[in-house]
Amino acid sequence: MDETVQFTLNGKAVSLHVDNDRMLLWVLRTDLELTGTKYGCGEGLCGSCTVLIDGEAVRSCQTPMKSVGGKHVTTIEGLAKGEVLHPVQQAFMAHDALQCGYCTPGMIMTAAGFLSHHPHPSRGEITMGMENNLCRCGAHKRIIEAVATAAKEMEGGF
Amino acid sequence: MRKHHHIDAEAAALRETFEIDRRDFLKLAGGGIVLFFTIGELPAIAQQRQARALPTDFNAFLRITENGRIACYVGKIEMGQGIVTSLAQMLADELDTALESIDMVMGDTDLCPWDRGTFGSLSTRSFSPALRAAGAEARLVLLELASEHLSVPAANLAVENGIVFEKDHPQHRVSYGELAHGRSIERHATGKAVVKKFSEFRIMNTSHLRRDGREKVTGKTVYAADMRLPGMLYAKILRPPSHASKLVDVDIAEAKLVKDVVIIHEGTLVAALHRLPDMAEYALSKIKARYETPPTAFDDNTVFDHLLKAAAGGKIVAQQGDINKGKAESAAIVTSTFLDGYKAHAAMEPHAALAVIENGKATVWASTQNPFTCKEEIAHELGFSSENVRVITPYVGGGFGGKTRNLQAAEAARLAQLSGKPVQVAYTRKEEFFFDAFRPAAVVTITSGIDALGKMSAWEYNVYFAGDRGAAHFYTIPNAVTTAFDASVNGAEGPHPFATGAWRAPGNNTNTFARESQIDIMASKAGVDPIEFRLQNMTDKKMRDVLTLAAEKFGWVAAKAPSKRGIGVACGIDAGTPVAAIAEVEVDASTGTVRVKRVVCVQDMGLVVNPEGATIQMEGCITMGLGYALSEHVRFKGGEIMEENFDTYDIPRFSWLPTIETAFVTDNEAPPQGGGEPAIILMGAVIANAVYDAVGARVFQLPITPARVKEALEKNVK
Ligand code: FES
Ligand code: FES
Repeated sequence: MDETVQFTLNGKAVSLHVDNDRMLLWVLRTDLELTGTKYGCGEGLCGSCTVLIDGEAVRSCQTPMKSVGGKHVTTIEGLAKGEVLHPVQQAFMAHDALQCGYCTPGMIMTAAGFLSHHPHPSRGEITMGMENNLCRCGAHKRIIEAVATAAKEMEGGF
Repeated sequence: MRKHHHIDAEAAALRETFEIDRRDFLKLAGGGIVLFFTIGELPAIAQQRQARALPTDFNAFLRITENGRIACYVGKIEMGQGIVTSLAQMLADELDTALESIDMVMGDTDLCPWDRGTFGSLSTRSFSPALRAAGAEARLVLLELASEHLSVPAANLAVENGIVFEKDHPQHRVSYGELAHGRSIERHATGKAVVKKFSEFRIMNTSHLRRDGREKVTGKTVYAADMRLPGMLYAKILRPPSHASKLVDVDIAEAKLVKDVVIIHEGTLVAALHRLPDMAEYALSKIKARYETPPTAFDDNTVFDHLLKAAAGGKIVAQQGDINKGKAESAAIVTSTFLDGYKAHAAMEPHAALAVIENGKATVWASTQNPFTCKEEIAHELGFSSENVRVITPYVGGGFGGKTRNLQAAEAARLAQLSGKPVQVAYTRKEEFFFDAFRPAAVVTITSGIDALGKMSAWEYNVYFAGDRGAAHFYTIPNAVTTAFDASVNGAEGPHPFATGAWRAPGNNTNTFARESQIDIMASKAGVDPIEFRLQNMTDKKMRDVLTLAAEKFGWVAAKAPSKRGIGVACGIDAGTPVAAIAEVEVDASTGTVRVKRVVCVQDMGLVVNPEGATIQMEGCITMGLGYALSEHVRFKGGEIMEENFDTYDIPRFSWLPTIETAFVTDNEAPPQGGGEPAIILMGAVIANAVYDAVGARVFQLPITPARVKEALEKNVK
């Protein structure tokens, strides 16, 4: 059903007239031209499309627009504060925790959501927190290290 | 016949237009100081069709511009393997300039010289000597110009950070940018410049973070599916249920009712186009189609018999002594059969392309490992001559050999032609599995013997359908023969019910699994520790060195298998790089589940240009390799592919990750060898051997699933 959906996207108010059964992933990538959020499976199985909704990591390919109204949506494009990268982004760079980079936005958004609940995660907790995000290049080792580093950096919050 | 005619005519046209092309090309490239050079092969006549817009006496070039930046134009692409960093490192070092001042311009068929494609760990290996020589040569040219400019003999000049200065008066200086200012100089590499010695390296052999890191962590990197053009439409194409299906009839009436949809129905091409991709998908779901599918001939369980029957005449790959004599003289002989199923590439980025046709010229942004082949495929599809097609390759989200058939690019171009709009085709995960050219299923049979002293005495190795990469052994076996049946791993034709193709280190994964499993079996027969046994039967120094260092790093304590410790070893050679790994596993005998706890891996890839990048590639190989070793195989019934998404096709996850330790045997004077693939070839074998060491049962088929481990354990009891 067509509806006007209002929400906050990367800190800015957005009002869209859309079919509210459409998934957030396609609205982000097409209507809003924010292509940092990736399609990998379309069925909630890979995590490439992860964004934050009210601070929680959510799969945008499984999120209909009708559930987005009034919420705060953050995508990979809105994670940094201006030129200052989020500690998770910083740590991914410092650890070279990526190869082709296609899974990277989803990994970073998942990690950011995870760390807000687990400020002092163990290695095991990081593993479980990231478990449902897939990476084909095999960057897993460095991703875990990057998330651990980001956790330390974020002691003071971001 | 017609095809040959076509090629000859094009070759003639190419010769005629050569000079014009050259001028156009230089205009495209812009002014400054341009140095042309040749890396590896130049296009042969048949391939000149692909290269016709470009001169053919070089295939890479550097351009130094007046802002002091150095652009390197090559037809390679970046798909995560890190050449955007390692190739730039070589140039920066040879040119005595900062890494930051090098721009890599890659994979654009209008701007870059012809290239066969990016695969097989070959970029660094084949590029390195020529690229470094080109950098050194460019530096000489710049020194000459500086010598004129400063009126100082070149011998009295030095270069640092792109600034040439007089050694005795460092203030008397000129920058590369100033030297290039207002000039248009064209030079060809003479091959006379001397490259730097290892002791002179400042940037090579030092670790550098990825140069594409920042854009990748901020979501700015553009992949093919991220390209946007005004007025573009997204296409979703009707697909058959099986590769063997024939479309009988189709009903598009209901789909046509979807608002703003464009339905294309042209022969067997049926597609829904819409300005929103999800609405295109919705419209496609309203198309009704009926297919006829012939009965299924075989599936993933029965394919091996089918393959053995279909095997064509063998080609002897390697031979030592007389195999019959070897068998006769052996004290013990073991025959084994090893099986390996089809594997999907499953890159996280599905194939995508955006095509636009303007003024008779098609421009296509495509996720491809071989843009020049892609261009040719598009030209063929459109009926265009190839100079009217330009392929631009944005960053590629993983390839592993899977992005070499460019069906999606041809489809996007054709739909752009039919609709008159820019059209994007981006595969769903299901399409990605359906159209993947899988790593072929394969069979290996080995009969091998040891003599009374426990030394290897005979080795008869037959490989069916995996190809000959990595098939030849590197042990000292006096009587041996290695034969490959149907060594070609490419092409949709042949015994496979769908396309098969190269998959990260094609064939070598299967061959190494079989060979190293059998070597372990012989070590057990001889009652010797598996590393000791390998060293007793091996003289190759590089291989001995990597194996010895791996054992040392692991803290190997000799014991014959099965020792119940769950430790296994394997070695192999790929892309010129010898590699050895030791793994420790835990096997749950009640469920058959295997968990890999630790992997130590050592390789000798000659000069390591970017140690950080090379380490990452090894870690990636080990992690990715867990998948083909433990879980990945494609289930199918005839031409119907049962894998549609990651719920059934299980690729490695975080919880599978072992402790990974990597090291290099360094040979800094040797040219760099391939580093992107070698470690992956060991993963099947090293885990199979560790499982045997843990529980005394051997799995002869990849992947080593819990069911197969339990089956092997049960066989042992009987
Ligand atoms: S695309 Fe949403 S989870 Fe894979
Ligand atoms: S870096 Fe390529 S998929 Fe993760």
